[in-house]
Amino acid sequence: MQIAEIKKEQQGSTGLKNISGSQAVLDAFVAEGVKTVFGYPGGAIMPIYDALYDYHDRINHILVRHEQGAIHAAQGFARASGQVGVIFATSGPGATNLVTGLADAMIDSTPVVCVTGQVFAHLLGTDAFQETDVINITTPVTKWNYQVTDASEIPSVMAKAFYIAKSGRPGPVLIDITKNAQLQLFETEEYQPCEHIRSYRPSPIVRKEYIVEAAKLINAAERPFVIFGQGVILGNAEKEFIRFIEKAGIPAAWTIMGMSAIPTDHPLGVGMLGMHGNYGPNVLTNECDVLIAVGMRFDDRVTGRLDKYARQAKVIHLDIDPAEIDKNVKTTVPVWGDCKETLPLLTSLVEKKLYPGWLQRFKDYQQKEEEKVIREELNPTNEILTMGEVVQLLNELTGGNAIIVTDVGQHQMVACRYAKFNQSKSNITSGGLGTMGYALPAAIGAAYGAPHRTTVAIIGDGGFQMTLQELGTIMQFRPNVKILILNNNFLGMVRQWQQLFHEKRYSFVDIQSPDFVQVAKGFGIPGQSVCERKDLKGAIKTMLDHQGTYLLEVMVGKENNVFPMVPQGRGVAEIVLCREDV
Amino acid sequence: MQKQEYTITVYTENQIGLLNRIAIIFSRRKINVESLNTSPSEVDSVHRFNIVITETEEVVKKLCRQIEKQVEVLKAYYNTNDEIVWQELALYKVPTAKIAEEVKVERLLREHGAHTVVIRKDYTVFAVAGHREETDKLIRVLEPYGLIEFVRSARVAIIKDSEGFHKKLKEFENREPSRQVIENEYLDKNREVFSM
Repeated sequence: MQIAEIKKEQQGSTGLKNISGSQAVLDAFVAEGVKTVFGYPGGAIMPIYDALYDYHDRINHILVRHEQGAIHAAQGFARASGQVGVIFATSGPGATNLVTGLADAMIDSTPVVCVTGQVFAHLLGTDAFQETDVINITTPVTKWNYQVTDASEIPSVMAKAFYIAKSGRPGPVLIDITKNAQLQLFETEEYQPCEHIRSYRPSPIVRKEYIVEAAKLINAAERPFVIFGQGVILGNAEKEFIRFIEKAGIPAAWTIMGMSAIPTDHPLGVGMLGMHGNYGPNVLTNECDVLIAVGMRFDDRVTGRLDKYARQAKVIHLDIDPAEIDKNVKTTVPVWGDCKETLPLLTSLVEKKLYPGWLQRFKDYQQKEEEKVIREELNPTNEILTMGEVVQLLNELTGGNAIIVTDVGQHQMVACRYAKFNQSKSNITSGGLGTMGYALPAAIGAAYGAPHRTTVAIIGDGGFQMTLQELGTIMQFRPNVKILILNNNFLGMVRQWQQLFHEKRYSFVDIQSPDFVQVAKGFGIPGQSVCERKDLKGAIKTMLDHQGTYLLEVMVGKENNVFPMVPQGRGVAEIVLCREDV
Repeated sequence: MQKQEYTITVYTENQIGLLNRIAIIFSRRKINVESLNTSPSEVDSVHRFNIVITETEEVVKKLCRQIEKQVEVLKAYYNTNDEIVWQELALYKVPTAKIAEEVKVERLLREHGAHTVVIRKDYTVFAVAGHREETDKLIRVLEPYGLIEFVRSARVAIIKDSEGFHKKLKEFENREPSRQVIENEYLDKNREVFSM
């Protein structure tokens, strides 16, 4: 008898199906609307891959070249689409290779579900081949994790996994399934999505009296200032947020993770906060009288020295995660709850206002920054190419409609400083963890998450070499990714710090690179390298116009620095505009 | 803010791995756990942790929020020693011959509220339940008489003004629970957080 016939026979008339644990995993994916999975097979996950063979019409599996690539791709997918990114990896090394991505997804609140294979349950703890204690390794870097040793648990555990990953403050979930559970046949009813876990409160109840107090503070303010983070994007509250700032007339600055939640050219948008953010929002954080933080977590790269951060201000903090309230900055009025719910309530209570004099102060600082930093970066007076002018040309040619995925380092800061965005979910970067090697795989994921948009991965020469094996994934599956390498022949950000704070002792930052264009060629990806200004615009246009993935390397100034900068250990108001002031 | 002893009480689902999830919240911040006890609670299927640390209230409050953030944690409370009734159990093994010789020992043990668990020819085991100072004191008392072994349990504590968890759990099971259940109760109590 054929296997299919046996399965048919096993299906009773009770509505119960007899399926394997592996099928249950894939049925859960289908029921949750998963269409793309990033993964890599191996011994302990072979039953799932065997079942996957029969699901290829419903689930598109992208075979990456390294499990770290799989999870970063899933992260990029999640960030571009707003859906949960899904990963398969085998036990042992397959699972440990996920750890960096899990930590990244944890700190940047990215919803991903990893399914890892595990050795047979009877071998747990015996140091079996490719056995690792994955649950304990990943506990600090997952929102939730669980080991399945019996197939009957799989439907409810998968339902919980998706629910936990995407609800409340999103985060990574890992489900480790022993091989016996993948193989085991069991009877199950139709998949039921999870909607409630009694010990888990995804979003706290909104307390109206705190909103009233917050509105009172805002209405009485003379110099109110809004700072916002990724919470606005994760909460799908972009419209609610814009309505709030527009009615209240309050200038708003974004963190790196909040970027693109409002269009970069919004009249109330005053730029980026933080270490390499804009001059005005950093300095004026210490002059505002009411600071309204929305969906952000006061990271040290945003606050600088905490005892010199907004001491004069009354702080209103809107966040979905109660543990964020008072964690770093003492709050005057905590408004916990989903900002999609809290922002409209607040908007209805704030008075319609404008603060022309206060907004002008941001513009004055912007002008100073323009003169001292931006002008030279975007329109250099010498022949050396800057990262800023490349980003500027990209803005011009994409019209600000592209998804920009960045890696970590100088190019990341420059891209985030100068990139223009017209729509949300467009800036994808490793903000909290600062994971070099993130951009290439994340861009692959973003291309699947938003297939109708242009995805540009801006990467440094160092970061590109960390995960360039994913060019193989591009070669095989042909996602459309524009790879823009800004090559300064240095590990630029570390070099900048060595120059500024370590007496120019350039210790192991002179990284050598292969011929990137030749490397790409080896993977069947066309490309070119430019080092002269006259070729730059044409080259970017060629890259964008090309049907499919294209690699463009731009040779930029070796020892350019990113400014302004809040040097570590100083307050935000002590931001400096040039090397001489450090 | 002054550091002092706090007892954290955590109500959780009974799940493998949760102990580790809670323990790493302390170890990640390099905070020493002085005592940790896990046990069933007054509610069937709900587990109860008692954790003792010496820290400032601000730190304890943040720790409790991090604990409550864990998916399987129902609720975390923290209390000072005034707000709880607590006990630790200590066992002492002493040579039987020595105690038989010295009449004084029997009186000492009575004074410290010890009761005999086992009497054998070679040794006797006494048990004392009480606060740490009390159980510590008896070590010093018994040392001259050849204390062979000593062990003390983790702290178990009851919160004086708690109404138990039965009612709360009902609300947790409800999809639209009341505000008190959802919210961080410390924020309600603590005026300085909400200083208008």
